[in-house]
Amino acid sequence: MSAITVVNRRSFLRTGGIGLGLLLGFTLPERSKLAAQGRRPAVAAKPGAYIHIGTDDTVTFLITKAEMGQGTVTSLSMLLAEELDCDWAKVRTEFAPVDPASYGMQGVVGSASIRSSWAPLRQAGASARVMLLEAAAHRWGADKSQLRTERGFVVGTSPNQRLSYGSLSEAASKLPLPANAPLKDPKLYSLIGKPVKRLDTRDKVSGQAKFGIDARIPGMVYASIARCPVFGGKVSSFDDTKAKAIPGVKNVLQISTGVAVVGENTWAAMQGRKALEIKWDEGPNASQNSAAISRMFADLAQKPGAVAKQTGDAEKALAATAKKLSAEYEAPYLSHAPMEPLNCTAVVRGDSCEIWASTQMQSGSRDAAAKAAGLTPENVKVNTLYMGGGFGRRARVDYVGETVEIAKAIPGVPVKLTWSREDDMQHDFYRPASYVKFGGALDAEGWPSVFTARVACPSFGAARGNGVDSTAVEGLHTLEYRIPNLTVDYHRADAGIPTSYWRAVGYTQNTFFAASFLDELAAAGGKDPVELRKRLLAESPRLLGVLEVVAAKAGWGAPPPGRFQGVAVVNNIGSFTAQVAEVSVTQGKLRVHRVVCAVDCGHVVNPAIVRQQIESGIVFGLSAALKGAITIDRGRVQQGNFDSYDVLRID
Amino acid sequence: MAITFTLNGGRQTVNVNPQTPLLWVLRDTLGLTGTKFGCGMALCGACTVQINGNAVRSCVTQVSSVAGKTVTTIEGLSADLSHPVQRAWMAEDVPQCGYCQSGQIMAAASLLAKTAKPTDADISEALRGNICRCGTYAQIRRAVHRAAEIKAGGGKA
Ligand code: FES
Ligand code: FES
Repeated sequence: MSAITVVNRRSFLRTGGIGLGLLLGFTLPERSKLAAQGRRPAVAAKPGAYIHIGTDDTVTFLITKAEMGQGTVTSLSMLLAEELDCDWAKVRTEFAPVDPASYGMQGVVGSASIRSSWAPLRQAGASARVMLLEAAAHRWGADKSQLRTERGFVVGTSPNQRLSYGSLSEAASKLPLPANAPLKDPKLYSLIGKPVKRLDTRDKVSGQAKFGIDARIPGMVYASIARCPVFGGKVSSFDDTKAKAIPGVKNVLQISTGVAVVGENTWAAMQGRKALEIKWDEGPNASQNSAAISRMFADLAQKPGAVAKQTGDAEKALAATAKKLSAEYEAPYLSHAPMEPLNCTAVVRGDSCEIWASTQMQSGSRDAAAKAAGLTPENVKVNTLYMGGGFGRRARVDYVGETVEIAKAIPGVPVKLTWSREDDMQHDFYRPASYVKFGGALDAEGWPSVFTARVACPSFGAARGNGVDSTAVEGLHTLEYRIPNLTVDYHRADAGIPTSYWRAVGYTQNTFFAASFLDELAAAGGKDPVELRKRLLAESPRLLGVLEVVAAKAGWGAPPPGRFQGVAVVNNIGSFTAQVAEVSVTQGKLRVHRVVCAVDCGHVVNPAIVRQQIESGIVFGLSAALKGAITIDRGRVQQGNFDSYDVLRID
Repeated sequence: MAITFTLNGGRQTVNVNPQTPLLWVLRDTLGLTGTKFGCGMALCGACTVQINGNAVRSCVTQVSSVAGKTVTTIEGLSADLSHPVQRAWMAEDVPQCGYCQSGQIMAAASLLAKTAKPTDADISEALRGNICRCGTYAQIRRAVHRAAEIKAGGGKA
């Protein structure tokens, strides 16, 4: 349970200060999670998150998470506003500083913001509401139970008893905190479950929204870094004579990730960086290439790997069956390519450091900055700015550390580092390439009796005790199909290419592989792909539910002439999803005409935002399926910009 | 070198290396950060501004080439979000991360200035060069049609 307190305004550190009114602070549950892991920070608990109700009726929510387009700012505010019963039009938000004592781990990964905030934010909103009710009851000498709230007002029994939250907020701030403020009956929700407009739209339509790359600090200089094009390589020597001759170049320095050029604007820094003459020590990956990686995957898949899932005895069943099938599927490395290239701004002053960053890992950014600056995390201040897309890339904080390295070398001067698109694409942490060898068999009636999947895929996570990295096999070892003999095994196949989260990980390729191979089994057994899945998912009601909805909505089985349909169904972190794609092939060219998607993601806070996220995922997935591939030659990425790594466009 | 042009309705003189792309002059020298950097090679549209009313990629436009011309950025499209495209964008709640949207809006505004009632094909043609990694394309298309209606209705939605 989260702790809620009424806070003395002056105890809050916040630029600009907080005006009069009610300030309700509370702590968030991640904090207790940290405590449970024995990692409780040494600092005393501080109620850092807050609701502030100004005397001008403005309601400000402090958002401890980050926003990359997924709608966190809006959805979290909706939880608070619903129970507070305030006027949505008066809601403002601010991003919180990083402070583990108050907020626990701050970051947006694994689709967890709403899940972890659902209970505490509603409780905090409800507590503030009760205090406003109480303040009005005092003023009118009325019984609190006779009063109600209405979109930012407390309303009494007589017609002239109507006071805005703002006019009550000072008085409310002097009241004790109510114990167990009651929560609304969900039937009465006016925001949760409704397609409420996003809070960040105005700023994003006017050009005023501040992304990381938009940070402007007085006296700031600009930096660009040349990194070794080969993964794992480093600087051997460099000559900066020509770079320093470029107008506007101020400084050249070597840092751990390469050679940094500092200039009076981004352009000058980038030009200076181009003029650097660097000899690289290309390191152990200098001859790595995509064909060799594929071969390594295929070789590994010849032998059994670490078992990730085993039902029945696939080997025995295969040997005993006449109707067998096998197939290999392979997917390439993929880049995230968020529209905002990576960047960070930092200044090191004496024994303190301040950074401005668009990051999915606010806590991790603070730690990375501290490490690079040689300071303790408590001496680093993190300013969270909007992210121009994250997709998992901004869960890595490499770009924060290198910015602070530069800033440390020129103390007192704020530095903004901007990666070029080529930097972004060639120094990503990629969605791993992957190879899966499938085996299957059919029983006498043509239903699948055996399904085996052997995965060869790099690993960036910690493998469990038995050698299985779940991020590599998710989407396979999580299959809920009732097939009597089902085996998934795994080979760790590292190739020296950095990999990481990419809008999930294994699900992005394994779902495609598994759905395709299941269709091969369906075709071999003469079964309809939807009928087959229904049978295999008879005991998985939520998967079955979305499958039935999508089949009905897509007109399964009756595509327009010349078009074909394909279906897939998956449960990724508790969101049950089914899709039907309608495609045609003309002269070998695939065209996707329509994608119908059914999702059951449990409690929906904002259906418009969920819809956006799903559409976004479909476009992202189609970009990957139809266009994207990162290939390696001589240890380096061959793509560099959107000409060689194209993505879906409006047509 | 001093270069003078009209920027968002006002006279602007900058003293910079004339080869500097307009994008970096806007962002770094003048602090107009609404115009975004996405690729630097005219491949993504994030940096789209209007020069004499035409949608142009500022990342490949040398600042010297805009001398004497009229430049409009997202900050100058309207003072109060009243431009039909901005109103339509708000009504459709288009942005997700929002990073590409300044460019999308500037390209759409330039389309509408020339084609009062754009067809789907017109929209595809005009906005093909503007990438949105968040995949807001369906909403963008709806919003452009809506903006055309707002404009035709004399600014009333
Ligand atoms: S930054 Fe100019 S088109 Fe991409
Ligand atoms: S809204 Fe994120 S790139 Fe378009």
